[in-house]
Amino acid sequence: MVLTNEYILQRLTEKFGEAITQVEEPYGLLTFEVPKELNLKVMQFLYDDQELGFRFLTDLCGVHYPDQLGRELAVVYHLHNMVQNVRIRMKVFTDVQQPDVYTATSLFQSANWQERETYDFYGINFVGHPNLKRILNVEEMDYFPLRKEFPLEDQTRIDKDDEMFGRGGSI
Amino acid sequence: MSEIITQEQHHVKLPEGSIGKQTTTLNLGPTHPATHGVFQNILEVDGERIVSAEQTVGYIHRAFEKIAERRPLYQITPLTDRLNYCSAPINNMGWHLTCEKLLGVKTPKRVDYLRVIIMELARISDHLICNSIVGVDTGAFTGFLYVMQYRELIYEIYEEVCGSRLTTNIGRIGGFERDFSNTAFQKIERFLKEYPVVLKEFENLFQRNRIFMERTMGTGGIAADRALNYGFTGPNLRATGVDYDVRVTAPYSSYEDFEFDIPVGTTGDNYDRWLVRNQEMWQSLRIIEQAYRKIQDFKGEEASVYHADVPEYYLPKKQDVYTKMEALIWHFKIIMGEIDMPKGEVYQAVEGGNGEVGYYLISDGGRAPFRLHFRRPCFIYYQAFSEISEGAMLSDAIITLSSLNLIAGEMDA
Repeated sequence: MVLTNEYILQRLTEKFGEAITQVEEPYGLLTFEVPKELNLKVMQFLYDDQELGFRFLTDLCGVHYPDQLGRELAVVYHLHNMVQNVRIRMKVFTDVQQPDVYTATSLFQSANWQERETYDFYGINFVGHPNLKRILNVEEMDYFPLRKEFPLEDQTRIDKDDEMFGRGGSI
Repeated sequence: MSEIITQEQHHVKLPEGSIGKQTTTLNLGPTHPATHGVFQNILEVDGERIVSAEQTVGYIHRAFEKIAERRPLYQITPLTDRLNYCSAPINNMGWHLTCEKLLGVKTPKRVDYLRVIIMELARISDHLICNSIVGVDTGAFTGFLYVMQYRELIYEIYEEVCGSRLTTNIGRIGGFERDFSNTAFQKIERFLKEYPVVLKEFENLFQRNRIFMERTMGTGGIAADRALNYGFTGPNLRATGVDYDVRVTAPYSSYEDFEFDIPVGTTGDNYDRWLVRNQEMWQSLRIIEQAYRKIQDFKGEEASVYHADVPEYYLPKKQDVYTKMEALIWHFKIIMGEIDMPKGEVYQAVEGGNGEVGYYLISDGGRAPFRLHFRRPCFIYYQAFSEISEGAMLSDAIITLSSLNLIAGEMDA
């Protein structure tokens, strides 16, 4: 049978009911949100189900929405059913004070480094991860650089004159 | 011995348990010539056998994802060059396709075919490097030096199309910055004529070469299910027997118009990876030939189209900027990055030299991406190296490193 977005959604809502929220289809890719406590359960269901069979984790990354109080950080999973060639996108939101999300490493080995990367840049704490430490940045770093509160350039720098580059400056 | 001289007396701090240890710790990299890139492997070796391997990456991390959050779309193209710099045009095209998907731009067929030619040339140059480097690491330098001539020819074609060679910044949103010159077409023709002979010779040098076969067969292998679990894509996955290729499963840039095969291996070892890459070069040649013929078939006005009509994102001709009001306005707005893009979320994947190169772009309607994430195949499959190399000989692990085609630029983003 052909795996359509409607069918995937129907199966998910049958199993998890109200937990599946924010359903969208931007550019044809089924996108939905699940509560962060359920991320592993939903992924396990998507993995194990004979018809759904999302057994390939294409991509895992974090996003920071500083304006959404209580749900500032997001983890975005792109899952792929290679047999039927269907992709879905699953999101999990967490607050920035205690950003705990269950790790997906028990299902996908590929999540290991991707979660470390997400931790490195967003500080999302993947509960149960076997080796959660920084991967691309130096270990001594004490902030999470891809969060929005870190400007790209240090705006307080005084060792160069930005006046000529249209970026503020002394005038 | 350890009873007589304690660590404290010598004022040295050795790691816990290092005196009674039976194995040797060996640092392979970050600047070891055999790693062909800046990354480190901390190997625990027992004689010449690897007991465990731990990787350190990030030596050339340049925070592209952060930089991209401050740049208009067209200024992000040069960042993508520097991911997999062995096949920069594929990354560039992937980025253009992502933007086009977000903006709803439809490219003309001729543009698609021109892109396909460039992308397949890039794939050949990528595989060429990887396969010949596997040769170098097994002790055969000749093949590497010989095929470099043809990588040079590919670079000359890039140069003719966009002006640069390694980090190409080729193409624009909607098409190309200029049409292919006659010289470019002549060089493509020359490549199509001469390269098959060279590739055949290169193949003869390795494919049934007993030394090469014995060095590579049965080393660095991974099973299909492990490879999938580790997120392998591209030639490394196909070598395990999974026929997953983005060009076929989610065709972009009119790949559906072409006739080509997806070569697959069986064991996923170094030899299979080599064979898959080698066969892919033949398939790429097939695609380039077809695309070249299709381009020759365009008649009339269609025969000179090289970009889509998207004035908001495609820079007008310099001559028009000086003489036409509208072109001047668009030029100004594009250069100053003053165009708001539509809100949306896009994931676009292309088949890069190493696998699925994905771009996940979130736009909040501003002038720069709200978030841009690169799916870098290298970064994802390098995790498997410790599993692959455990129990292997050190010299085999070196071949595995090069046959996985790890590109530090892609790993670190």
